[in-house]
Amino acid sequence: MNKLGFRTVVTALLIILSGYFLYPTFEWSRMTDAEKAAAEKAKDPILGKSLKLGLDLRGGTHLLLEVDSSKLDEKVSMKDAVERAVEVMRNRIDEFGVAEPLITRQGDKWIVIQLPGIKDPARAKELIGKTALLEFCLVENSENLPVISQKMRENDLTPAQAMQDPEISKLIPEGCFIAEGKEDGNYYILKQASLTGAYLVNAKVELTTGQFGYPHVSLEFNKEGGKLFADITGANIDRNLAIVLDGIVQSAPVIRSRIPDGRAIIEGNFNSEDAKLLATVLRAGALPAPVKIIEERTVGPSLGDDSITKGFTASLIGVLFVIVFMAVYYGFSGIIADIALILNFLILAGIMSYFQFTLTLPGIAGIALTLAMAVDANVLILERIREEIAIGKTARVAVDAGYQKAFSAIFDSNLTTLIAAVFLFQFGTGPVKGFAVTLTIGLLISMFTAIVVTKLIYDFLFKENFINKIKI
Amino acid sequence: MKFFKTPNIDFIRMRYISISLSLLLMIASAVFLFVKGPNYGIDFTGGILVQISVDKEIGLDDVRASLESAGVASFELQSIGDKGIIVRVKKTEKTQEEMSQSILSALQSKFTGHNITVDRTEYVGPAVGKHLAKQAVYAFIFVFLGIIVYVAFRFKSGLWGTIGVLALMHDVFGTFGIVIMTGKEVDLTLIAAFLTIAGFSINDTIVLYDRIRENMRLLAKESFGSIINISINEVLSRTIITSLTVFVVSMVLFLFGGEVIHDFAFAMVIGTTLGVYSSVFICAPLTYEWEKKKRDRFKKTLNK
Repeated sequence: MNKLGFRTVVTALLIILSGYFLYPTFEWSRMTDAEKAAAEKAKDPILGKSLKLGLDLRGGTHLLLEVDSSKLDEKVSMKDAVERAVEVMRNRIDEFGVAEPLITRQGDKWIVIQLPGIKDPARAKELIGKTALLEFCLVENSENLPVISQKMRENDLTPAQAMQDPEISKLIPEGCFIAEGKEDGNYYILKQASLTGAYLVNAKVELTTGQFGYPHVSLEFNKEGGKLFADITGANIDRNLAIVLDGIVQSAPVIRSRIPDGRAIIEGNFNSEDAKLLATVLRAGALPAPVKIIEERTVGPSLGDDSITKGFTASLIGVLFVIVFMAVYYGFSGIIADIALILNFLILAGIMSYFQFTLTLPGIAGIALTLAMAVDANVLILERIREEIAIGKTARVAVDAGYQKAFSAIFDSNLTTLIAAVFLFQFGTGPVKGFAVTLTIGLLISMFTAIVVTKLIYDFLFKENFINKIKI
Repeated sequence: MKFFKTPNIDFIRMRYISISLSLLLMIASAVFLFVKGPNYGIDFTGGILVQISVDKEIGLDDVRASLESAGVASFELQSIGDKGIIVRVKKTEKTQEEMSQSILSALQSKFTGHNITVDRTEYVGPAVGKHLAKQAVYAFIFVFLGIIVYVAFRFKSGLWGTIGVLALMHDVFGTFGIVIMTGKEVDLTLIAAFLTIAGFSINDTIVLYDRIRENMRLLAKESFGSIINISINEVLSRTIITSLTVFVVSMVLFLFGGEVIHDFAFAMVIGTTLGVYSSVFICAPLTYEWEKKKRDRFKKTLNK
């Protein structure tokens, strides 16, 4: 009696909780497209509560980036570099404005970025994939510069081509390279200063104290970078230090004095827009090593809609077949199994909403397959009950015996399937993972709904004497 | 309702036929694997995929001609429904932007008046392809090992676990052979299907083993062969019903589920069918033969 009460409470609680977790999804599905767009813009909390759809269903871009370890400074560990790159990516994507982006590291040197519902993937990729390697280089005051510049202009050479040119390369001092200025188009002869954006902690625009409050950009290096910066500035007072982003000189301020504490200020003829831009370049451009896109999957929104309709319809037809079949083949007991099946679906959806698991198209197929597989437990039990009734046991005894005897087969077969599902989860990208998620959770829930809930229904019916014999 | 009364079929007697049939399937799959070779998708080879849709139907041959004249090299075409076309390029120097641009402009200039849109683009770098292939292999190894260990533990016999896994390898490899034969693309979703088949296929075997284990206690006087036969016949209606529900759902997904899960569902249809076959016709007789040998040897040692 008590046990029956306890099981009823647990089941009721699970149903209520699932309904509660699913309510935001229900609300979301009733919103118009315009309302959805507005909610996305306002970062409405409903976004984080409703069932999350994978990129294959809602459209969007999945990117896998690799941090190029060969270009990494020896002093920076790979782990740091990847974490740093993740931060940089987050900043860049925030500026781009995507609702619910996912940015996370994967393995040793990979970063996964998912941009759902993005309208212009090419522009986003440009922003993300841009090499944006920030370096600080010393400007060499070589007397050959005018000659080199002239030759380059005459032959219309890029800096890279010029360095290949035998005549020009003779004029470049040892260990130096040519770079172009961003706005003036002047050429610079630069020498690596072993200080990269990796050491930069922050860069921001400040106003000079004083009557007019000219904007300047303040830089802050980390401890190691501060030391390097102190050495470089100390040894090169009155020379220019070029800030080079992607091989292009952004600015080349003069070093006025040795800067010991890793805090520097770049003054210049900035207006506040220029200063802001430079600060942004420094901040967002502070990638410790270049990244490259090694995987990209983009799905347009119209394909997503089409996929949802087809996948959903097919899954529904499949599940309806199972439900009708069970009711026809096993009669009343089949209907009890069907109730378990519907509860299985409800709780599965509720759990997916609560834990923010992503529903993908293979995931929808996974739900249909899991439900088709979940009736196996009931089939095993019902076949057992039939056998018990066939040898002349009463309904009540046969039901108990059926559950008891079928249990080990149900448990073992579900567990082995679970082994496959768990390793499937370890494998593959978004859509396949979504399949593994529904398969795994669905299997676990089916152990509860197909065994505990159906038994509960029988126990209740027997107790209240609604039935005293069953037809299976 | 009931399909049939508990039957009395002698499955053990049919073992040489059924094992030969399976050997034939395995040899055929191996031949397809080594002679024809699987058509690995860009997930594993690396490459670019561009899926476009056109508002009016256009012929694949025209598409091929226009892409060839635009200088797109070594591509494969696949039509999706009436209005969709997938272009796959496995080896290229171009970036995916350049590729989808050149495909789009080639088609737009050839089919003026059609509204052509890019629905989907995928780019997989060679390093990622290798990584995914390695992951797939590991996933299979761990699934196989996991199942062997679990079954061995639950049935207190490493032999049963090994036979169970042999049967599921038979199902997966047989499905793989048929996939190669049909020339379907082997991509991530298909590997997911293979792993699912592995998980589902062991199910029937477990249910059968469970019944054999039970009957070995209840019917201790019967010979091992007839215990197996009785057990198969007893669980047969369950095997057929559960397989039927999974089979029908896979079939519906295959027919109406749309392109993305089409091949996945195809593999599931084949795999679930093989799964039922193998547990009844392969697992049971193999277990019989193996156990019989063990018992014979045991008897011999006793007689010595």
